[in-house]
Amino acid sequence: MPGTQESTGLTLPKALQGVELVKSVRTPAELRYQYTAGAATTRFLTGLAQKKIMGERCPKCGKVYVPPRGCCASDGVPTTEQVDLPHKGTVTSFCIVNVQFYGQAMEVPYTSALVLLDGADLSLMHLLQEVAVEDVHIGMRVEAVWVDDDKIGPTLESIRYFRPNGEPDADVAQPGEHGWGELEHA
Amino acid sequence: MRDVAIISFAQTDHQRAVTNANEVEMLMPVTAAAIERAGMTKDDIGFTCSGSTDYLAGTAFSFVSTLDGVGPWPPIQESHVEMDGAWALYEAWVKLQLGDIDTALIYSYGKSSPGPTHEVQSRQLDPYFVAPLWPDTISLSALQARALLEAGKATEKDFADVVARSRKAALGNPHAQLKWDKPADQVLAEPMLVDPLRKDDCPPITDGAAAVVLAADDVARAHCSRPAWIRGIDHRIESAVLGLRELTDSPSTRSAGQKAGVGNGSVDLAELHAPFSYQELILREALGLGGDVDINPSGGALCANPIMAAGLIRFGEAAQRIMDGNSSRAVAHATSGACLQQNLVCMLESDS
Repeated sequence: MPGTQESTGLTLPKALQGVELVKSVRTPAELRYQYTAGAATTRFLTGLAQKKIMGERCPKCGKVYVPPRGCCASDGVPTTEQVDLPHKGTVTSFCIVNVQFYGQAMEVPYTSALVLLDGADLSLMHLLQEVAVEDVHIGMRVEAVWVDDDKIGPTLESIRYFRPNGEPDADVAQPGEHGWGELEHA
Repeated sequence: MRDVAIISFAQTDHQRAVTNANEVEMLMPVTAAAIERAGMTKDDIGFTCSGSTDYLAGTAFSFVSTLDGVGPWPPIQESHVEMDGAWALYEAWVKLQLGDIDTALIYSYGKSSPGPTHEVQSRQLDPYFVAPLWPDTISLSALQARALLEAGKATEKDFADVVARSRKAALGNPHAQLKWDKPADQVLAEPMLVDPLRKDDCPPITDGAAAVVLAADDVARAHCSRPAWIRGIDHRIESAVLGLRELTDSPSTRSAGQKAGVGNGSVDLAELHAPFSYQELILREALGLGGDVDINPSGGALCANPIMAAGLIRFGEAAQRIMDGNSSRAVAHATSGACLQQNLVCMLESDS
């Protein structure tokens, strides 16, 4: 473009004069990895394949993490004890998804919920179904619905979703809070 | 300047591939050991700083997950650099100079095994003109090695001597991954990998982690009988454009070395972050290190190269030898980027 030449003061060879400016370039990049799940995640995924939800307990503070990452974020030590958790818990928070986006597997509106399993100190995120979105609320008691036995594998998708289990609401002192209580270490 | 010292160091037994642990599981024993060796608990740490890159293992926000390994709840003072852990140490040193905290934990880790590490590293290059060509690390290093040979500054035999000395030294390092004792002539008899580099001129692919505890003034003295005091530290960068650089020299290392005060006294030991054999020759020249200096007694990055941790390990290895009484004035060096683009030089000293 003539403008380019004027603005930079650069003299272009004839062949490039009047050539349209390059406005963008595409340089695709793809890298393939073999993900290492690690010991704790392997234990958790192996449990799912056996229709179990396995949390892990911190040897110092006793908190139970699910899904476990292999360490306690309060004490910075490895979790050492596996805990076979019940398949039911309490909704501590939720959101209703009304936005359609690329790659979405669900029909909108649907509910994503944080479910604090009974006996756990870390909530698990999953879908909440078999309930109208306007009826979802914090404190709602829910249970896991598993996929058919022949579809079960080492993935969180072995749980299709959670649904209300009919129990009366649990008392959630502080929405979003899941067992941390006071900053007891502070 | 406030007196700040390295008072403890820990590292993994470096391996080609850690497949039974995720990053935080690999890291936790190392941070715990560094804190314990400092005679502290996690509650004694005033500031935590880490160095890593998510590109290596291809795990988004892995540096946030690994933070769980140091117990960041309730909230702690923490920072992260997308650099080798040696730069995290530099940040922590600056933080300690401010005077409001006395201790810092620095850790870094790298898992190169999950991905195509030499291609992954090409993502740090100029995104318009260089990265689209996907130049791998070994090829870029071979360009630099070729320039060095053609300039008459070194020979292939010099490269092989570095390899033979380093891998032999690593026999005394229980954490090293690659170690053996064979003469340089045997190295020279090997075929070229990327001419003029043989496989032995290149570092191994490594998974590993390291951690260091820094402490200031009396806290350092109370927790370590022979602290490795940081008497000078400086970081310099050269252009990211390879064609603009004099590849047979390292002016950034030279400047950093002068600012860190390397030439202000005799040096008895240097841990140089030279993943490729020939790079040690460039660094020695730039730092003015003579034949009397013990170079890379650990074996160096040629014998274990956990990317993002290998620089911090140089600091730890040099400091450990001061703490153990085997050195009184040591250089620690770390590099980053392609072909020694960035360099960090630190002067570590015992109490005189």
